[in-house]
Amino acid sequence: MTAGYLSLTDRDRDEMLAAIGVSSIDELFEQIPEPVRFARELDVPPALTESELMRYMEQLAAKNSHTGVELSFLGAGIYDHYVPAIVDPILRRGEFLTAYTPYQPEMSQGVLQAIFEYQTAICELTGMDVSNASGYDGFTVAADACFIAKHATGRTKIVLAETLNPQVREVVKTYAPGFGLEVVEVGHDGGVTDPDRIAAAAVDAAAVIFPQPNFFGCLEDAPALAAAARQAGALAVAHVDPTSLGVLEAPGAYGCDMAIGEGQGIGNAQSYGGPHYGFLASRMEYVRRLPGRIVGQTTDLNGERGFVLTLQTREQHIRREKATSNMTTNQTLLALGGLITLAWLGPQGLRELGETCMSLAGYARERIALPPAFDRHTFKEVAFRTPRPAVEVIREARKHGVHPGYALGRDYEGMDDVLLVAVTEKRTPADIDRLAAVLAEVCG
Amino acid sequence: MQLIYEKSQEGRRAGRIPTYGLPVPEVPAALARKEPPRLPELAENEIVRHFTNLADRNFGVDTGFYPLGSCTMKYNPRVNERIVSLPGFGNLHPHQEDEGAQGALELMWELQQILAEVAGLPEVTLQPAAGSQGELTGLMLMRAYFADRGEGEQRDTIITADTAHGTNPASVTMAGYKLEKVGTTERGNLDLDDLRAKVNERTAGLMLTNPSTLGLFDEGIAEVADIFHEKGALLYYDGANLNAVVGKSRPGDMGFDIVHYNLHKTFSQPHGGGGPGGGPVAVRGELEPFLPSPQVVRDGVGGGATFRLDRDRPKSIGRVRGFAGPFGVFVRSYAYMRSYGPDLTRMSETAVLNANYLLAGLRDDYELPYDRHCMHEFVLSARGLKHEHGITALDVAKRLMDHDVHPPTIYFPLVVPEALMIEPTETEPKERLDAFIESMKSIAREAAESPEVLKGAPHSRPVQRLDEVKAAREPIVKHAFPERSPIGA
Repeated sequence: MTAGYLSLTDRDRDEMLAAIGVSSIDELFEQIPEPVRFARELDVPPALTESELMRYMEQLAAKNSHTGVELSFLGAGIYDHYVPAIVDPILRRGEFLTAYTPYQPEMSQGVLQAIFEYQTAICELTGMDVSNASGYDGFTVAADACFIAKHATGRTKIVLAETLNPQVREVVKTYAPGFGLEVVEVGHDGGVTDPDRIAAAAVDAAAVIFPQPNFFGCLEDAPALAAAARQAGALAVAHVDPTSLGVLEAPGAYGCDMAIGEGQGIGNAQSYGGPHYGFLASRMEYVRRLPGRIVGQTTDLNGERGFVLTLQTREQHIRREKATSNMTTNQTLLALGGLITLAWLGPQGLRELGETCMSLAGYARERIALPPAFDRHTFKEVAFRTPRPAVEVIREARKHGVHPGYALGRDYEGMDDVLLVAVTEKRTPADIDRLAAVLAEVCG
Repeated sequence: MQLIYEKSQEGRRAGRIPTYGLPVPEVPAALARKEPPRLPELAENEIVRHFTNLADRNFGVDTGFYPLGSCTMKYNPRVNERIVSLPGFGNLHPHQEDEGAQGALELMWELQQILAEVAGLPEVTLQPAAGSQGELTGLMLMRAYFADRGEGEQRDTIITADTAHGTNPASVTMAGYKLEKVGTTERGNLDLDDLRAKVNERTAGLMLTNPSTLGLFDEGIAEVADIFHEKGALLYYDGANLNAVVGKSRPGDMGFDIVHYNLHKTFSQPHGGGGPGGGPVAVRGELEPFLPSPQVVRDGVGGGATFRLDRDRPKSIGRVRGFAGPFGVFVRSYAYMRSYGPDLTRMSETAVLNANYLLAGLRDDYELPYDRHCMHEFVLSARGLKHEHGITALDVAKRLMDHDVHPPTIYFPLVVPEALMIEPTETEPKERLDAFIESMKSIAREAAESPEVLKGAPHSRPVQRLDEVKAAREPIVKHAFPERSPIGA
C-alpha cells in the first residue's frame, strides 16, 4: 500500500513489466549510472492521509493573523478587496483548473476565448491597443516593459519614479544588468513626482516608469509625467492600480506607450503575496515585442470564428535565443479570476468601487487625529505622520486587534514616522472609527 | 459562441458596491476618467452561464488523458484547493509582520527542506514565479558568483544542448550571456567530444535537462560535470523533467550546482490553462549568499523555533518578483509532498513505468528514434507515416482529439522530425494507458486506410482546424466594439 495518488495495482504492475520485457522497475532505472543513483530512502516527513493532511494544514493556517481575524489596513501593493462569490466555483471547473497552455486550439476554445476577453478588458481599462495573456505579477511586468523599451528605442537608460512601489524598483534593478540597462531614480517632492525632474532625467532614456496612484496613495500629475517622458523620446509607462481605473483616467488617454500593473485587487485573494497576475498592455506598434502569450481571433475551415495563440514567432519555443522573453507559464487562471470580477463589476461597479475607496480614504483622513504626511489628492491610501516610529505604532495597535498599516520607513529614508493606511470597500466607517480610536490610544 | 461583450446590455449589472453614505471626493478634472471602460454588463446568472459554457469548450486533466510531453499533466488533488482556501492562507497579507505569519513561514521553511533533500543541494529560494524565471534566476546567480570571484568579465558564455527547451537559450539572452550549443549522440547523450572542444575559461556554465527532452537519462553525466568543473564553470539543472528521478537520482549528486524545480509539474500545482507555476531554485552552499532576498529562515529548534524573512543579504542578486514567492503554489505543492512522504520515490517509479509501458505498446506502429528504455516520457516520430501516407505528427495529434485524448507535445524536440513527445505521468490507471495505445494504433491504421479522415480531424470539437497564419498576419487581439455614439447624441 503506497501513499499519494497512484493508480496501479500490483497486478497491473506485473502485467506492465511483462509487456515491457523487464523483471522489475529497478531495471528501467539502470540507465542512471550507479554512482549517481540515490540508494537510500528520502529523508522527508512521513505521509499523511487526506484527513490528517487537512488537520495539519488547518493548524498551520491557524498560526497566521489573517485579515478576517485582525482588522487590517495593510495595503502597499496588495489589497483586501472583495472577491465575488462566483469567482472560485468557476476557477475550480476542472476544464480551466487542470488544463495547460492552449497549444491545441480545438481542445482549448474555452480558455482561449476567455483570454481574448481578458485582453479586451485590460485594453478597455488602460486605453491601450493590445494586452498579453498576463505576466507573473505587477512587479516583473515592469522589467518586461524595460526590455521592450530598450529594443524599441535602442537606448539603455531606465528612469523610475521613486514613488513607484519599492519592490517594482528592486525587480527592475535585479533584471537590469542582464538586459544591459542603467537605472536612474527620481525622488519625490512632497509626496509626488515633479514632471520637470522627470523631463531632465528622461534625456536619452528608453523608458520612464511612474505610478498612478503612487506608493504613498497620492495622485501623480500623470499626464504631465507622460508628456515629459515622450518629449525626451522615452516610452511613457504607467504603473496603475486597476481598481482605480473607473475613476482615474486611462493611461492611453494621456499618451502613455504602455500600461502595467498588479491585478490582484481585481479577483485574487491576498494569499501572502501570490500567485496573482500582472498585466502588460501597449500601443499596437509594440505588439511584436510583447513577452508571453497573446490570443488572436481567426476562423476555422468552415469560416467559423475561433481563437488561437498568435504572433508566436516572438516566443521562446520558436525564436529561442532571439525571443522577446523566456516566458512560458504565465498566470492565466488568476487573470481569469480578474475577467470574471470585471464582468461582475461592469463599468458602473468599477466606478463605484473607486468612489467608495476614495470616500473611505477621505473619511480616514478626517477621523484619524494624525497629520497627513502629504497634502495631496489620494485614492485608497493615506500616509500619516506618527509621533513615534511607525513600527512601534503597528506593534502596539496589533495588541488591540488592529493592524493599522504599512511602515514607509521600511523603504524610504527619513520616513520612520510615516504610517501608510489602506482602505478597500470591505472596510466600513465603523472600522475606521475603531482604527482612529486605537491610533489615538497608542499614539497619545 | 458569443463573446461576453456581445451579450452585454447597457445598464444591466451584477455586483453592487457599498457606498456607506459618504461623500465622494472630487478627482482633479485632468486626472479623472472621461470615457468609461466598456466592460461587460450582464446579470450574474448570465455571467455564470457564460463561463460554464466556456469551460465546456475546454479540456483538462479532470476531463481525460493529457499526455502532453514535458508538461507533466498529473492529477491535481482537490484537497489542495480546499487547503489553499483556508482563511489563514488565502486572506494573509504579504506585509503581515513575521510574528503574525508564523504558519506560512513554517510551511515555506518545511517546503525548502523537502526540496533540498530531493535536489541533494542544501540551500533553496522559493521566490521565482515559474520554471523560466527559475532559469533566469540561476543564471543571475552564476553572474553574481563569478563577479564575486573577479571572473565576471571573463566568463561570458553559457552552453545548452541542442535538445533544450526554448526557454534555455531565451534565458541565456535575457541574462546577458552568449550562447553556445552542444550536440547529442546517437544514444541521446551529450556529445562529450563536442563539449570538451567548447568548454574553456570563457564558459560560465551549462544548462541541461536530465533526463533530456528525449526522455533519456544522460549516461555520461558524471563526465559532463567534470568537464565543466575542471574549467571552473558551473552546471545548471533545468528541473522540467524532475518527475522522472525524485528519490532515484539527485541533481546535486549528478554534479549540478544550481537546480530549478517546476512546482506545477513535479508537485502538482494545477496548470490553470497556462499558469500559475512556481520555480524554486536550489544551490550549493557557496552560492547561498547570492540567493534572492528575502529568504525564509528558522531561528532556534524544536517547539520554540520561530521563522522570519531575512532581508539582510548584502551579496544577494536582489528580488526577482514580488514578496516571498507564489505562496498559494507552495501550499498546494507542500500538501502534495506530504501526501506521499518518502513514497515520492514511488511517484517517479510509476511515472517511468507508465511511460515505458506506452513505449512498449507503440514501438511497432511508430518510429522510435532512440531505442532505449525511456524515463518519464519518450519521443516517437511520425516520419514513416509522412513518407508513406502524407500523414504528419499534426494530423495524428488532431485525430487523437476525436478519441477524447489531449494530444502529446508535437514537433519538439527539434532534433526529431515529426516528433510526438508523450508523457503519461504516474497518476493514470492502466486502462487509460491501454486505451491510448489502442487509439494510437487505430490512427496508424487509418493513416494507411483513410488518410482523409486524419487530414480533416478533429471531427468532434466545437471548431475545426483554425487558420493560425491568418491570425498572425492580421492580428485581432481584442474585441472590436461598435463605434461609440458621440457624447450627447
